Amino acid sequence: MRALFIVFGKEFLENLRDRRTLLSALLFGPLFGPLMFGLIISRTLEQSVLESDVPLKLTISGSHFAPGLTRYLESRGAKLTRRELSENEARAAVRGRSAQIVLLVPEIYPKLFAAAKPAPVLLFADSADSQTRKIADRARNMLGIYANTVAQLRLEVRGVSPLLTAPLAVNDVDVATPTGRAVLVLGFMTYFVLFGLLMGGLYLAIDSTAGERERGSLEALLSLPVARAALVGGKVLAACAYMCISLALSLTAFVWVFRFVPLEKLGMSANLGAGTALIFFAICLPFVPVGATLMTFIASFTRSYREAQTYLTTVLLVPTLPIAFASVYSLKPTSKLMFIPSLSQHLLMTSVLKDEPIARLDILISAAASLSVALLLFTLTARHWKRETMLG
Amino acid sequence: MIEAFGLSKRFGSIEAARDVSFVAHDGQITGLLGANGAGKSTCFRMLYGVLTPDSGRACIDGLDILGATSEARAHLGVLPHAAGLYNNLTARENIQYFGSLYGMSRQLLKARTDELVRSLGMENFIGRRAKGFSQGQRIKVALARALVHNPGNVVLDEPTNGLDVMAIRNLREMLLDLKAEGRCVLFSSHVMQEVAALCDRVVIIGRGRVLADATVQEIRERNGNASLEEAFLQVLGLTEGVS
Repeated sequence: MRALFIVFGKEFLENLRDRRTLLSALLFGPLFGPLMFGLIISRTLEQSVLESDVPLKLTISGSHFAPGLTRYLESRGAKLTRRELSENEARAAVRGRSAQIVLLVPEIYPKLFAAAKPAPVLLFADSADSQTRKIADRARNMLGIYANTVAQLRLEVRGVSPLLTAPLAVNDVDVATPTGRAVLVLGFMTYFVLFGLLMGGLYLAIDSTAGERERGSLEALLSLPVARAALVGGKVLAACAYMCISLALSLTAFVWVFRFVPLEKLGMSANLGAGTALIFFAICLPFVPVGATLMTFIASFTRSYREAQTYLTTVLLVPTLPIAFASVYSLKPTSKLMFIPSLSQHLLMTSVLKDEPIARLDILISAAASLSVALLLFTLTARHWKRETMLG
Repeated sequence: MIEAFGLSKRFGSIEAARDVSFVAHDGQITGLLGANGAGKSTCFRMLYGVLTPDSGRACIDGLDILGATSEARAHLGVLPHAAGLYNNLTARENIQYFGSLYGMSRQLLKARTDELVRSLGMENFIGRRAKGFSQGQRIKVALARALVHNPGNVVLDEPTNGLDVMAIRNLREMLLDLKAEGRCVLFSSHVMQEVAALCDRVVIIGRGRVLADATVQEIRERNGNASLEEAFLQVLGLTEGVS
């Protein structure tokens, strides 16, 4: 046990003195996620807030054929540009981007409208362009409301109750809490938390195994009267320590970043204060030894620093798999899923974000399962270190 | 005292060591002489117990390296073929890391390190990080690291590799000092002059086998040659065909 702490102390100190390693472990890793996340989210939120305020811009041709429709659109705040275009010209205008969308009222419109038959209007838009697709949707929506109003008036004029055309009255009842809605936006944040955690120990795991071999200090170390498990234990423990530090930094950065993200504008609140950050830390803590042992295990098989780096960067992606799986199948937290490290942490953190109650048992299962995986990986690593092939 | 009894080791189809037996006595320098790839490193690795022999055993001061590993290793200092240092630690920290892993107390460790700094002449760089060290400085730190627990036996695998003339002379003096202190020194080399200048006893190894085990003088006489180099080649049976 004494040897374990000696190894731990030395690895911790050595990593602390390596500026490059420290930068990636304690700066790049934990800050990259929160910053990028904050930037992207505040951009998207600002945009969606802006869009609903901006008036609909619409190029209309043949407006004199449909004065009622034109008046209606203007009364709903649409900015109309009047141009007289043929069908082909309208198509060319949208394609050539001289107009975003064009509403064309053909000559035949007034005649059919007067006869209470379906009167055609043509809406030109480029559905491949996400920006104009949104505008076209808004225009279609307005046209639909107009058509509905006219239909009801026509029925009333003929002495028929317009209610006959509405056999159902569908009412949407949205039970999503404001924080629940925010989770859609924050869904991937949990990955960045786990990413930051893993980055903290990445270079230490490489340096204390593959680095030790490449440097040529491994053989001398292995010829000491120290149990191999104590050597591995000290190295894993040092990686754990750095992972804890970077996890704490990462969560602090998230709390800080979310103070500047305008979630309230959409009627959401990010349930991410210092208290939540502490709960997140507790939830992620059992995942720390999983990351540390997994990285040490894999790096122990590699011959050089470079080789280890290649394999371990893929390990950084490992926690994404269950999280991606969870979002594709929109998994709900169940006790069974708590047996999977990284997925269980993701689900628990998401529940906390949503302000949902968490079963205490689930937290226990998540922690116990993660620690068991870590113990298994540690045993495998220690066993590998006892082999002769360890010398390389 | 270091003893090898019939050590054999195979890696797949390659027989790296075959029935290797010899004894290195206290107060003597014993040289393990052999060409590159003759099996010197394999033998050494079995001596300090990082390789398990297929058959045979090795003892340090009568302690079986595999049966009583920790005790045997406490009597043994090792300078492996690749004796890398931790570049972000100072020379002193490098030495003390190993010392503490040998279970030495802080006080004892400090006294012993100071002693080694003096005897190996490391005053100028003991507080510096190992990053920019010369080969000569590195070998001194690595040797100090191997001697920190004051072992009665020292094994050095090709310690002169990559050293310049001055550093080699230094190392030679260090080894003679170890001998004068009554320690058992066992080192390997493929350089004849080194062995001739230093060793009391020579074990010549070729293709994993012990080809000769005698004093330098005896080997010369036995082969009727004045130079050890000639004798070495004769022992290996390589006099013809060496260009």
